Amino acid sequence: MIRVVLPAHLRTLARVDGEVKLAVDGPVTQRSVLDALEARYPMLGGTLRDHVTKQRRPFVRFFACEEDLSHESPDAPLPEAVANGTEPFLVVGAIAGG
Amino acid sequence: MSKVRVLVGTRKGAFVMESDGKRERWNVSGPHFAGFELYHVKGSPADPNRLYASQSSSWFGQLIQRSNDGGKTWEPVGNKFAYDGVPGTHQWYDGTPHPWEFKRVWHLEPSLEDPDTVYAGVEDAAMFKSTDGGQTWGELSGLRGHGSGPHWAPGAGGMCLHTILLDPSNPQRMFIAISAAGAFRTDDAGKTWKPINRGLHSQTIPDPDAEVGHCVHRIAMHRSRPNTLFMQKHWDVMRTDNAGELWKEVSGNLPTDFGFVIDVHAHEPETIYVVPIKSDGEHFVPDAKLRVYRSRTGGNEWEALTKGLPQNDCYVNVLRDAMAIDSLDKCGVYFGTTGGQVYASADAGDSWAPIVRDLPAVLSVEVQTLP
Repeated sequence: MIRVVLPAHLRTLARVDGEVKLAVDGPVTQRSVLDALEARYPMLGGTLRDHVTKQRRPFVRFFACEEDLSHESPDAPLPEAVANGTEPFLVVGAIAGG
Repeated sequence: MSKVRVLVGTRKGAFVMESDGKRERWNVSGPHFAGFELYHVKGSPADPNRLYASQSSSWFGQLIQRSNDGGKTWEPVGNKFAYDGVPGTHQWYDGTPHPWEFKRVWHLEPSLEDPDTVYAGVEDAAMFKSTDGGQTWGELSGLRGHGSGPHWAPGAGGMCLHTILLDPSNPQRMFIAISAAGAFRTDDAGKTWKPINRGLHSQTIPDPDAEVGHCVHRIAMHRSRPNTLFMQKHWDVMRTDNAGELWKEVSGNLPTDFGFVIDVHAHEPETIYVVPIKSDGEHFVPDAKLRVYRSRTGGNEWEALTKGLPQNDCYVNVLRDAMAIDSLDKCGVYFGTTGGQVYASADAGDSWAPIVRDLPAVLSVEVQTLP
């Protein structure tokens, strides 16, 4: 299972506590994880990436294994530790504004 | 006994305030959607328990929330606002072409008849419609496709469609306003639109009498006289008596004719309210005094309403969607400030008292008159 940690506002929106655990078919990439996340929680559609272009929203970042993966290709494999559930995939609201 | 429900959108959440017909004691709930900007919250005239809210943030974009119980509980509905076809360009601040990009929903206007039908005015300026309670949205692209679209330009707050007025006597007719394109009217339920800006005069644009390009801040209508509209333009308070075919200035003796809000008395169609703001460079009230101005003559002759409002050391603004009027007798008038106060008058503006004093900056105020 893939472990996803959402920022507080999105946990409230999706009405979840703590980590989200997702089953992902096929290669574990940003795209496949986000597809699975939005399929489970449709209200998150458009909050992390644009509905149409699927581009990451500018103030949303993706971290894992102490690395910023935000600028990686959405189809690049995520670290093995994320794929096997050892480490979570972190969705972070960038520090900006008030 | 009748009740009122005031719906307040702020920079950091929404608040619902309820009172009986006396409008003296208030029950305040919120913040709903804490931490998010709530540009607008409005109830359906056809079902007062159906509310719609525009929730947005720079981080997570646009969300639309819907309530079926008067704001006690909410559910997120559709938030996909995709422009029809290839969006094209409008004019950017420096005069260059700039692609149309969806940013947020400024205003939600529920249908007068159907709780599941609601219109959305968005930035970059366009109008969307939902007929399934906000689950899905489609653009009324005839507006953005008006030939003048490539020449529209944003005001300082963005290129927003902020005002939607539905004609209660003619379901085919709607009025909208865009900063800074001007006012437009449709007579075929949104398929086609025409600019209705003749008579407006704006020194801030190259051709002061241009067909489009005016920074209209707000338009108001009394439901018994839908051909008469009142406008607070960037500068100038205006009125038309022929559905926008020609406007004339009615600023009269106002201390300044810059401002954002304008609204009409519930029972007197020639009684109107504005809150003058010092200037476009100084977005606060003149002379450090918070004064609502009322005209009982449809403009030109204005009286300051000050009882209960701060008359010294006050430097707040009142934004364009932040005034509302209930339909009790005497009608109540409500407005919210950028300082976080929401003021109410239960006597048509003669006297005022704060419902709350310390909210985040207020973006919008609406009121529902309930049985």
